[in-house]
Amino acid sequence: MAESKGNGLQSALRRRLLMGLAGVPAIALMPRMAFAAGPATATVNTTGLAVTDTEVTVGILHSATGTMAISETGSIQAEKLAIAQINEAGGVLGRKIKIIQEDGASDWPTFAEKAKKLLVNDHCAAVMGCWTSASRKAALPVFEQYNGLLYYPTFYEGLEQSKNVIYTGQEATQQILESLNWVAKEKGAKTYFFIGSDYIWPRTSNKIARKHIENVLKTKVVGEEYFPLGHTQFNSVINKLKLTKPDVIFTDVVGGSNVAFYKQLKAAGIDLSKQTLLTISVTEDEIDGIGGDNIAGAYSCMKYFQSLKNPNNEKFVAAFHKMWGEKTVIGDVTQAAYLGPFLWKMAVEKAGSFDVDKVAAASADIEFKEAPEGYVKIHPNHHLWSKTRVAKALPNGQFEVVYESKDLIEPNPFPKGYQ
Amino acid sequence: MISPKSTSTVHDNPFMKPMEWISLALLAAVIFLVLPMLLDAFRLNLVGKYLTYSFVALGLVICWGFGGILSLGQGVFFGLGGYLMAMFLKLEASSVENTKIQSTPGIPDFMDWNQITELPWFWKPFTSLPFTILAVIVVPAFFAFVIGSAMFRRRVGGTYFAIITQAIAAILTILIVGQQGYTGGINGITDLRTLNGWDIRTDRAHNILYFVNGGLLVACILFAQYVKRSKLGRILVAMRDKEDRVRFSGYPVASFKTFAFCLAAVFAAIGGAMFTLQVGFMSPSFVGIVPSIEMVIYAAVGGRLSLFGAVWGTLLVNWAKTTFSESFPELWLFGLGGLFILVVLAFPNGLAGIYRTYVEPRLTRRVKALEPAPAVALPHAAE
Amino acid sequence: MLGDYSLTDLSSIFVMQGFAGLILFSVYTLMALGLAIIFGQMGVINMAHGEFMILGAYMTYLCSGFFQTHLPALFPAYFFVAMALAFVASGALGMLVEWALIRHLYKRPLDTLLATWGLSLILQQAYRTIFGPREVGVELPAWLIGSVQVTDTIEIPINGMFVMAITLLITAGVALLMYRSRFGAQVRAVVQNRPMAGAVGIDTEKVDRLTFGLGCGIAGVAGSAFTMVGSTGPTSGQLYIVDTFLIVVFGGAASLLGTIASAFSISQTQSTLEFFLSGSTAKVITLLAVVGILMLRPQGLFTLKVRR
Repeated sequence: MAESKGNGLQSALRRRLLMGLAGVPAIALMPRMAFAAGPATATVNTTGLAVTDTEVTVGILHSATGTMAISETGSIQAEKLAIAQINEAGGVLGRKIKIIQEDGASDWPTFAEKAKKLLVNDHCAAVMGCWTSASRKAALPVFEQYNGLLYYPTFYEGLEQSKNVIYTGQEATQQILESLNWVAKEKGAKTYFFIGSDYIWPRTSNKIARKHIENVLKTKVVGEEYFPLGHTQFNSVINKLKLTKPDVIFTDVVGGSNVAFYKQLKAAGIDLSKQTLLTISVTEDEIDGIGGDNIAGAYSCMKYFQSLKNPNNEKFVAAFHKMWGEKTVIGDVTQAAYLGPFLWKMAVEKAGSFDVDKVAAASADIEFKEAPEGYVKIHPNHHLWSKTRVAKALPNGQFEVVYESKDLIEPNPFPKGYQ
Repeated sequence: MISPKSTSTVHDNPFMKPMEWISLALLAAVIFLVLPMLLDAFRLNLVGKYLTYSFVALGLVICWGFGGILSLGQGVFFGLGGYLMAMFLKLEASSVENTKIQSTPGIPDFMDWNQITELPWFWKPFTSLPFTILAVIVVPAFFAFVIGSAMFRRRVGGTYFAIITQAIAAILTILIVGQQGYTGGINGITDLRTLNGWDIRTDRAHNILYFVNGGLLVACILFAQYVKRSKLGRILVAMRDKEDRVRFSGYPVASFKTFAFCLAAVFAAIGGAMFTLQVGFMSPSFVGIVPSIEMVIYAAVGGRLSLFGAVWGTLLVNWAKTTFSESFPELWLFGLGGLFILVVLAFPNGLAGIYRTYVEPRLTRRVKALEPAPAVALPHAAE
Repeated sequence: MLGDYSLTDLSSIFVMQGFAGLILFSVYTLMALGLAIIFGQMGVINMAHGEFMILGAYMTYLCSGFFQTHLPALFPAYFFVAMALAFVASGALGMLVEWALIRHLYKRPLDTLLATWGLSLILQQAYRTIFGPREVGVELPAWLIGSVQVTDTIEIPINGMFVMAITLLITAGVALLMYRSRFGAQVRAVVQNRPMAGAVGIDTEKVDRLTFGLGCGIAGVAGSAFTMVGSTGPTSGQLYIVDTFLIVVFGGAASLLGTIASAFSISQTQSTLEFFLSGSTAKVITLLAVVGILMLRPQGLFTLKVRR
């Protein structure tokens, strides 16, 4: 920057000033037209993305700061690992992936702002990012307006589908229904108590769970409680649990509240080896903070656990540990984030182009056979076909898988009868 | 902080002194000419977003700088303004046609997700734009009036007021997040598209809104300047420095304070409404404590006594924040925290203070040298 | 909702619910005590109070790790060492902050608010850099885990009782220190009339520094105790700050008894409401009630009879 004080800048400046007078909006289009390199690039990139003969730019957009940094760090690590592995194997269409990382700072509007920067300023061919529903909701209109491509890793509430998003995590029905069937059959559960953090994902998930429990399983929900994010006092609700004595405690508490909840549950003498607790919000990452002893015996339903026994996963875990240290744990979302870059690479290669429209269209039915979770396939609705697993938390912070759905479950973001 | 020179009476106290006209011209030139020419549409939209915060900072200059009332809950009013505007835009975006995949078409999507089947009564009037604009002004003002008159009449001041406003910000956040069927919860109100049929998401719309925003800002500065110059402004300053004396002189101190607080609230709400228009959504993360305190720091960096300083301070801090977080995402909090401490310890009057101590005297000397007219001898501002 | 349950069930729930309220009361008292000293006695708004608590929590975390690897035999007793360490670390940092920052701002209370907010941002980022962004769990010694079976249906968590005991001890200690010791007399003298206190030979600067350090140290102990019930992450401190300030203000800033009374009433209200309503609603109603009462009675529950 400092040395570019020559004539070039001045004339550029003058030109821009004139442009500005002529018509301010035209400036936005300027950089888009600036690219025109070798013929190969011209054919694979007709929309002005940041693709050169040797490089293609991909954005990573997660929170490195703020309350969500706790959860999103794993996703950043997984995406960087995947991209490093792709680059080692020769990149995408012969081009190395260059990363531009932006910090969403746990602040939803910042996600929208940074998403816009990644698309409009940096012309990223794809963005791996967002974590909470709120950050996705904030960024989604930006991706739709500027026709970007987002790979979203978190399991989420559904009720959404976009050409511009590939959802690599599970939507709520995939995650919940199978595990409720399991708990009803295996534990003979008749009564359920819901405890969740107060925002859209737990509320929607619980709504789906309630419909399934009441209409399909013909059993009962005896309580449903929500607490503000970050709440740390659960003694009152624990007393309610003692009073209602539900067969199953069904939880979707998130973040710091999780730690307080399980510690207090244990302190109150609720023994999770006798009391069935089913959670859809605890992965290995969360147990790191909760402490394995405090939650041992609880059941979690996810599509991936670090302890999965298959060759893909063993390779993935080893590579992850090599890059980020032996002690880092890998949760469901981390694995889903790892899928993103590979799914994008395969879709680009299938489309033979980086153009977002072509990649989005080519994404349907992409199969990823080396996925750590086993095997995934993109549904035309841009969610993934995946298996659901129920696993029991062990004192060492890992999970032991006790159930795995027989087939891949079809993603169904707009479930009939559950809305 | 009253300088001993300020013995001027109303007569030789013009609306704005020459230096202030120059400041205004400079600010206007930067907002309307320099930035639009230098920045691309994306960066300009960002600046537009920052400028909406400067409405809040401007309000804080009046109620904190002049009136001595520090509110840590300005996010409440910024949020109210933003939410009221967002309600209108959301209703427009949720036409039956746009929402036909919902189980109840024609209501905002988040209501549908929360099994609400009918538009709640307090949403209904927001189909009208004039009503919305009126509400953006009146609702926050009324809210501020209730809070202000309850507290100032009981002589709650200083730190207590700050803490209570902070608690109000916390309450409103929990309320918005908890009542998600009516408010969109933590996601906020997203995916806003058109204003009376005009697509607000295009670069062209962003540009126009940027200029509207700038125009409103200048209008607010002029209004604030009018208040500052009026008798009311001088009573405010007097009250800040010696409240009892003003009270014993027979002035209704509580009413003056309430007025300053309401004015700050209205400014913040205008900023919030403009924010929603330019950014395209509103979320509870602008209502809470953290944004409220950050907005105070904008005013502090700019100089809590300077109307123009508030705008410059907002621009500077946000520019620093964006740059820091783009180049050192993991370290920018250190920078921001350091800035807070530095400004408070070393430059309590912020940028404007630095300007007044180091730059203005030289400028004045130059001006005097050029044009030796003692009539415009530029006495320091009353503060 | 209570119709379907047996009388014994109900009575034991009421007992346990009472204890839940008492535990919350202890937690609130611990949080607010340090602030009551700093804000109530000195008039300094310390927005970084939560971060001082978290420093204590991280000290406990380090301590538990150290004892586990190096002194496993003494592990059951590590918590006491950890609390002492938390007190010293937070207190020392507090005194440093007073010297570097606060003492320049005694005449500008609103500015301390901004400066300490900046400090809290810096501390949060420091924790994130040092300890990582993830929450850390503290391993508790076996004797602190589980609950005491009072009757068939009544169970009282042990760590809750432990927190209550600590609160009692610290409150008694602070009360003794403030109202029965020479140091306490000096602190109160400085609060009531600084120039006069200086004139009779009290080293006001030293008293200020020690008082601030004491407040921060107590925050550290509170943080250490919280590792038993809550979570420890870089931003956990921020969660407590509003509650804490409200408690102190509601109690009447200059009164220790007021702080305790207000912690009691707020915790009981919230815990009872939580049982009958949902958690979010309970929180809103409690905060609204406190703010409402403060608007009608701004001096708080208890107050020194002084004209301002």
